[in-house]
Amino acid sequence: MTTRSAPPVAPAPVSRPHQHRMPTIAEAGPLIALIAACAFFFTQTHRFLSFQNFSLILQQTMVVAVIAIGQTLIVLTAGIDLSCGMVMAFGSIVMTKFAVGLGVPPVLAILCGMGASALFGLLNGVLVTRIKLPSFIVTLGTLNIAFALTQIYSNAETVSNLPDAMMFLGNTFSIGPAEVTYGTVLALLMYLATWFVLRNTVPGRHLYALGNNPEAARLMGLSSQRILVCVYTIAGFIYGIAALLLVSRTGVGDPQAGQTENLDSITAVVLGGTSLFGGRGSIVGTLLGALIVGVFRNGLTLIGVSSVYQVLITGVLVILAVAADKLSHRRA
Amino acid sequence: MKTRPCAALARAAMLSTAVAAALCASGTHAADKVVVGLITKTDTNPFFVKMKQGAEDAAKKDGVELRTAAGKFDGDNASQVNAIENMTAAGAKAILITPSDTKAIVPAIKKARSAGVMVIALDTPTDPQEATDALFATDNFKAGELIGEYAKAALGSKPAKIATLDLAPGISVGVLRHNGFLKGFGIKEGDPSIVCSQDTRGDRAKGQTAMENCLQKAPGINVVYTINEPAAAGAYRALKAAGKEKDVLIVSIDGGCEGVRNVKAGQIAATAQQYPLKMAALGVEAGAEYAKTGKKVSGYKDTGVTLITDKPMQGVDSKDTKFGLENCWGS
Repeated sequence: MTTRSAPPVAPAPVSRPHQHRMPTIAEAGPLIALIAACAFFFTQTHRFLSFQNFSLILQQTMVVAVIAIGQTLIVLTAGIDLSCGMVMAFGSIVMTKFAVGLGVPPVLAILCGMGASALFGLLNGVLVTRIKLPSFIVTLGTLNIAFALTQIYSNAETVSNLPDAMMFLGNTFSIGPAEVTYGTVLALLMYLATWFVLRNTVPGRHLYALGNNPEAARLMGLSSQRILVCVYTIAGFIYGIAALLLVSRTGVGDPQAGQTENLDSITAVVLGGTSLFGGRGSIVGTLLGALIVGVFRNGLTLIGVSSVYQVLITGVLVILAVAADKLSHRRA
Repeated sequence: MKTRPCAALARAAMLSTAVAAALCASGTHAADKVVVGLITKTDTNPFFVKMKQGAEDAAKKDGVELRTAAGKFDGDNASQVNAIENMTAAGAKAILITPSDTKAIVPAIKKARSAGVMVIALDTPTDPQEATDALFATDNFKAGELIGEYAKAALGSKPAKIATLDLAPGISVGVLRHNGFLKGFGIKEGDPSIVCSQDTRGDRAKGQTAMENCLQKAPGINVVYTINEPAAAGAYRALKAAGKEKDVLIVSIDGGCEGVRNVKAGQIAATAQQYPLKMAALGVEAGAEYAKTGKKVSGYKDTGVTLITDKPMQGVDSKDTKFGLENCWGS
């Protein structure tokens, strides 16, 4: 009698969402770094450890942190988005000019602004998948296009006298002794939602699979084109939400905004332990990465250190983070 | 063979036509308008956008053809070098430039000048200043001094707790204004009354963050020097969120229309107004004059700085916001 061998099965996905395992150095690293930084600043000044100061740090990092959500999704597919800041600025100008210049009701204007940013995301996605250009090149181009459109549409002038509804996310409520903005709550909820989707839903796992091993993903039957277009468009929409957060924080539509946010968001993603080669990383790490930069900026100001050292330390941390990720990857 | 003399004849005909065409072209070129070039640091900063508009208006008035170019970012020397070379090749008689890198641009300027082009620096001097034929600029140090003197007078006898919201390390405009403020206020760098100094890159959101962090460090800040009006707007927003906007004196520099409106609204106590349109217009005029008479302009022309405030102080000359709004740049 011959035995029939079992039919071949598709390779199982790399990570198992419900299996508990000890975090690697790369995953625990950002949390350790953040705690160490907080501990250091606590010893240097008594002004660091207060609810009000932490609330401030959150408010200061929220815009970059939300942009970094979109950036993380794209980086997980082994792509990169250099246009994020400018797309956000474009969205903020669209929503503010619509509301102030055209008299569009605030909620509709906000949705138009987010839609404008999402359209840029769609453009990025289409160029990356249909024309098959590297995301670095594509987003380098759309960065300039978004910037130019923002300057042209706004005539390089800030938009002020915004309706109150547009600035709602900047309003605060009290939690104990601290004032927390609604924008901060929204950003944290977005992180929670993204964490859940990436970890526990099929599209989330597909994202990791695609970034980790595109060929295996294709053999599994995943359409990389569809996934990538979705990811870039969703990221664009997220930049639109960041635009609203920025508008409510600064109170104006500023066409000069968003110029450093691309590198800032990539810094947050890298400090959070996500690999720029795709397929590995966590959204929680990105939040920690954004907070690390914010904590250093706040802490160094509190102890009176010149701004230039904030830049130096950020650079050193990025190198350390990438090196730690490389080392832990090699061991595994 | 028969074809060889034909070919030679054909070649000679083509050559002479080409030469004739070239002569005609250069002949008509001489009848073209005078070309003046304007190279700004970037196309994004409204200061340069308005400078360009001022140059365009002056060019129309003086019958001059204006070519413009800009760097991609503050500090982009390579683009400015390319622009100088291109404009010289295009026959510009004069080039107006706001140099991004005040040292690195000098060799390109030297080359243009030896080709007969008059080069005028606007707003920022080259290093050395004599590398250009002339400099039309605000005295940024004086601008800082004016607001420093004003802040000292307005503070009166109260002990000062000063925060400086600066530009970025090493950029001459930021350094000059900061040092001018200190001199006008009557203190030196490192004085204990300076309780916080942070960089803002002249950005509104970064100004807000810097002010928030400075307030955390020293809640008793009562004077804020800001590098420009967007940074001041950000600082005001942070102060308002902390409920301190009435206790703190913000001073700034630039005199853009939005900034003057903020002075009128009481957000900024005083601002030193400068005149980029004047720099550009004078530059275009000088270029037209040079093309017509061959007379070059030289030396430093102070295009002026005026303290704008609605709360004048004894011993410090100022004009009110009505004057400010009539002479502001931007919209």
